[in-house]
This record gives sequence, C-alpha cells and structure tokens, in this order.
Amino acid sequence: MDARSSRCGEDGHAEVISLPPTAPPGVLTSEGLACDLACFPTREQYNALVESFKSDDFEMCVDLCAVDYLEFGGRILPEGVVASRFEVVVNLLSLSKKQRVRVRVQAGDDQPEVDSLFALYPGTEAMEREAFDLFGVIFTNHPDLTRILMPEEWEGHPLRKDYGSGRVPVQFKESPGPR
Amino acid sequence: MSENDLSVRAAERPDLLTAETSEGVQELQRREATAPSELGREVGAVLRIDGHAFDPNSVDYDRRDDETMIINMGPSHPSTHGVLRLMLELDGEFVLRTKPIIGYLHTGMEKTGEELSYVQGGTNVTRMDYLSPVINELGYSMAVEKLLGIEVPERAVWIRMMMSELNRISSHLVWMATNGMDLGSSSMMIYGLRERELILAFFEKTAGLRLNLNYVRPGGVAADLPDGWQDDVQVVCDTIHERTYEYDQLLTGQPIFRNRMIGVAPLMAEEALALGVTGPLLRSTGVPWDLRRTMPYLAYDQVDFDVIVGTFGDNFDRYAIRLNEIRESIRIVRQCVDMMPSGDYRSQDPKVTPPPRARIGESMEALIHHFKLFTEGFHVPVGEVYSAVESPRGELGCYIVSDGGPKPYRIHVRAPSFVNLQAVPLLMRGGSMSDTITVISTVDPIMGEVDR
Repeated sequence: MDARSSRCGEDGHAEVISLPPTAPPGVLTSEGLACDLACFPTREQYNALVESFKSDDFEMCVDLCAVDYLEFGGRILPEGVVASRFEVVVNLLSLSKKQRVRVRVQAGDDQPEVDSLFALYPGTEAMEREAFDLFGVIFTNHPDLTRILMPEEWEGHPLRKDYGSGRVPVQFKESPGPR
Repeated sequence: MSENDLSVRAAERPDLLTAETSEGVQELQRREATAPSELGREVGAVLRIDGHAFDPNSVDYDRRDDETMIINMGPSHPSTHGVLRLMLELDGEFVLRTKPIIGYLHTGMEKTGEELSYVQGGTNVTRMDYLSPVINELGYSMAVEKLLGIEVPERAVWIRMMMSELNRISSHLVWMATNGMDLGSSSMMIYGLRERELILAFFEKTAGLRLNLNYVRPGGVAADLPDGWQDDVQVVCDTIHERTYEYDQLLTGQPIFRNRMIGVAPLMAEEALALGVTGPLLRSTGVPWDLRRTMPYLAYDQVDFDVIVGTFGDNFDRYAIRLNEIRESIRIVRQCVDMMPSGDYRSQDPKVTPPPRARIGESMEALIHHFKLFTEGFHVPVGEVYSAVESPRGELGCYIVSDGGPKPYRIHVRAPSFVNLQAVPLLMRGGSMSDTITVISTVDPIMGEVDR
C-alpha cells in the first residue's frame, strides 16, 4: 500500500476537504501536501470557519488539543501559513456525513491566544481548560479558564517543550513545617 | 504529640487544613463569586436555542446563598469510582449546581509519552483507561501504523478484534459490578468480577499479563494465540452469555433497581452532541453512532452485530445498552473464532518487527537490526495523524505528531471519559442527592483516563 494514500483522509472518507459555502474567504487547506487533510485558518478566521463547519452538519467537536512546536520547525504547512510556536488542533465530526475535518490554527508565539469555541460547542469547555493548563494557551471568552489537571498553585505549563520533565522537584502542597 | 502532626494542627487551626487542600478557583464558588456563563455550565445549561446566547436569568439564578449549601463529595468516595471530586450545591436534598474537580490522578502521561519510543509507547497508553487496556493500545497502534503507512496481516487484525471485544465485555462487566454495588446489590459486584476473571485468565494465557497487557503493538500483536485458544474462548463466551440472563433476573426486573434507574437523569440527543459525549451515553439518547459500524476499522465491516440504541437517555437505557453490548460483543467474538485466518500475527516489515530469534545468532545484519530496534526504536515519517476507535466508554482518539524521530513529538489521547464527564452537571441538576450516585455510575468515568 502506498504510504501516502493510507495517510490521506480518515478511513477512506473525506478525501478532499470541501469548505462549507459560508466559510470565510482565503482559508488555506493542506490539499496536495503530504500530510493529513486539514484547514489552516488564521486566528481571525478561526471562529468563523468553525461556525461555518457547524452549520454544515459538523455536529460534534470531538477533540481539541494544543501542540508546542518549539523544537520542530520543519513541519509541513501549506504555503502562506505563518508558522507559530503554538498550534491549536480541533477535530470536528459530522455524524450525518460520516466525515471528520481537522482545523489547525496558529495560536502565537509568546502569548498564545485564540477564541474559545465554547459558544459553538459547549463540549470544548474541559478540553480548552486542559490546553490552557498544560500549554498556557489563552482562550478568549471561555467561561471558566482555570487549571483543570494540575494543582491550583502550580507554576508553569508542563507540556511546553521548554518545561523539562523531572527538572523541577515535585511541588505538591508544601510539607508541614514548624508553624 | 508534635505540632507537625496534621491531625493536631487540623483540630487547632481548621483554616490551615482548608488552605492545604483547596483547589482555589477550580472549586465551586458561591453564586455571587461566579460569572453568569460559568454558572450556566454548573447548572447544566447546554443548548443555545436558535442561536441565541444563553440567558443566565432563565435558570433559578436569584436563589440566595443562605438557602443553599455547598458540599464536597470525594475525591476519596467509594462510589465515585476513583478520585473524582464533585462539589455540589444543594437545596435541601436536591442538587442545584455541580462541578467536577479532577486532576487527582494526573501523572503527566502525555509528557511521558514524548519521552518513550514508539515501541515503548504501548506500555504508557495501556495504563490510561485501565479497564480497557487492549482498546487503548489499539487506538495508539493504529495511529502509529497510519503514520508509518504499514499494513497489518489479516490474522493480526482478527486477533486484535477478538481481544478488543473480550476487553469490552470485561470492561462492561466491571461496570455492571460497580453499578450493582452502588445501588446496593453487592451480589452483582461479586458476579461481575467473577465473570471478568474468566477473561483476565485468558488474557494472562495469551499475553502473559492480566491487566496492562501491552499486547497490541504497532505492526501487529505481541504473541500468537495460545494452543487451544478456541476452546478457552468458547467457554468464556458460553458462560458469560448464559450469565447475562442471570443478571437480567437479578437486576433488570428488580423493582428497587428499576425505580432508581428508570427516568432518572435523562439526556437529550442535542445536548449529548453539543457536549461531545460519545459511547453508550450518546447511544442511549437514540443516536446510532458506534464507530465500529459508522466508520469501520479492523474488520468490523465483515462481522455481524447490532448497534444497541436507547430511547430516553436515562439511567436505565444506559444500563440496558451496556448489558446488551456484552451480548453483541459475544456474538462478534464467536464470529472471530469461526473466521480467524491463519498467517502471521505481526507485520513482517523489518522496519518495525525485530528479526526472528534464530536469525540473530547467524546474521550480523539481523543482530544490528535487533539492537537498533530495541535501543533506538524505529523512525516514523514526519506528519500528524488522528485515529479513533470505539472504546467501551466512547470515541478513543489518538493524535500523534511525528518529527521524523523515534519518539512521538506530541501524543494526545482523546479520552472519552474526560469529555463525558462534562455531562455530569447536566445530569445531576434537579436530581436528589441519592441520584448522584447512579449518575456517576452510569456515566462511567475512568479516572486514569480522565486525568492521564
């Protein structure tokens, strides 16, 4: 089997991304690239694109996660996409069309910030909190952007690439000293 | 007694104990300290009708704080199935707001996964959802194989399918057991674990381990099925199939059980879709979405089985779906026994599979290959991939970014329990305190997977 053909499209579905008619103009897709099919909106286009997918029968936001590309500059991106350190990856699912679509938005370098999808898909609430907790990506208009997995007073965002595992001694609650 | 003794300090200065156990703003706050949008989440308002923004005044927003009480349940509560902590706002016995607080079992498995090679990665993901290890490994292996572009031999596909279905049965049996115990039927607890033991014994015979098997690996499975496996599987299927009818007698018609399950905590299909809820929770609302049928992987399109759907989305539907899924899984396992092809149990692609033991003694190349594979691991082409399988709790997705090296650059697991847990505030609202137990039980969160 050709390695590329097996990687394009999910389970034989959605070989070509058809952007919904209401999608904002100028959204780049990865068609013709040797990677999975995805859309690459800018931060400004992001919410409008997801909204147009939602009105185009993508009923469910299955997954939302962030990636820190600090140590991996050579990733495959379509021409015209300005690569940034943080990327937020959203997987949408259409139950009626049996299709998946992936939206990858470049979230910024030092102060990663994208719009929250909470108003469109309430199920992204916990996933956005997780991305905030582990990567420090700010989701504007999120109802309750607090840490979800790490303890409240934890410093830093552990899944960032410049956060070495085991470098910091475990900082759970302070040990009971003389008071 | 020294003053360092926690119990002494707690008695003398309770504020210190609060300070040491508080999760700050992650916790449920009093109403005046809560933003309206967050309040909406906590009362379980999910849908935006006709695209209008959610109106917080449409819920009983003006209840005064002196009429309600915020209590804490967990993290070490016997019926939260792990270290789930719920904070509940109660009006008398009735739940107004709920907020799950998680992270007590967080061990940084996604970070660990970045430091393990693709060969070792299976030992990591298998510990996430500890009740369905095979299906976790399957989701991970399928993602890696998709990146590598290798194909798995026919026999490995069918072995994987049979093992995942056995695993689904054992996972649902544990659910039946714990759910029975939550509702006061401790005999169900014993029966469920007794039947699961049969499957674990077969796992031990096949993979050498009972729980975290690391049996499904990128490229195939770790070992071929043991001699006489057909008989073992046949006994497992026959026994469990017969016993599911005993569970029927024990629980399904039992009046107390029915009263506590029927009509309690209903979920609507629209709400489930909006929340991203999958698995038995979604099917209980009447949406026939099962990845085994709708987006077939492995050889699920070649076997005959029914997707069980409910009608009302209440606790009883979720119970009935899980019970009947055990029977459907048995059907699939029986077909696997009949249709199991012969051949290799793992890919013979030298990129991912070490050379056979006998070749290492005579061939220098094989020795080098073996050494490279187990010290460095195989390199995976640059790319990113999302691959999903149907776990007993819903869609289990694995998102891997590869930078071309022997370790994943980023590995993210879309844990179904993590997402399903968001339905808890909605299901709890308006129910009584005793219903919280059945709600947690039928949502079936596995905290190892929620916290990762």
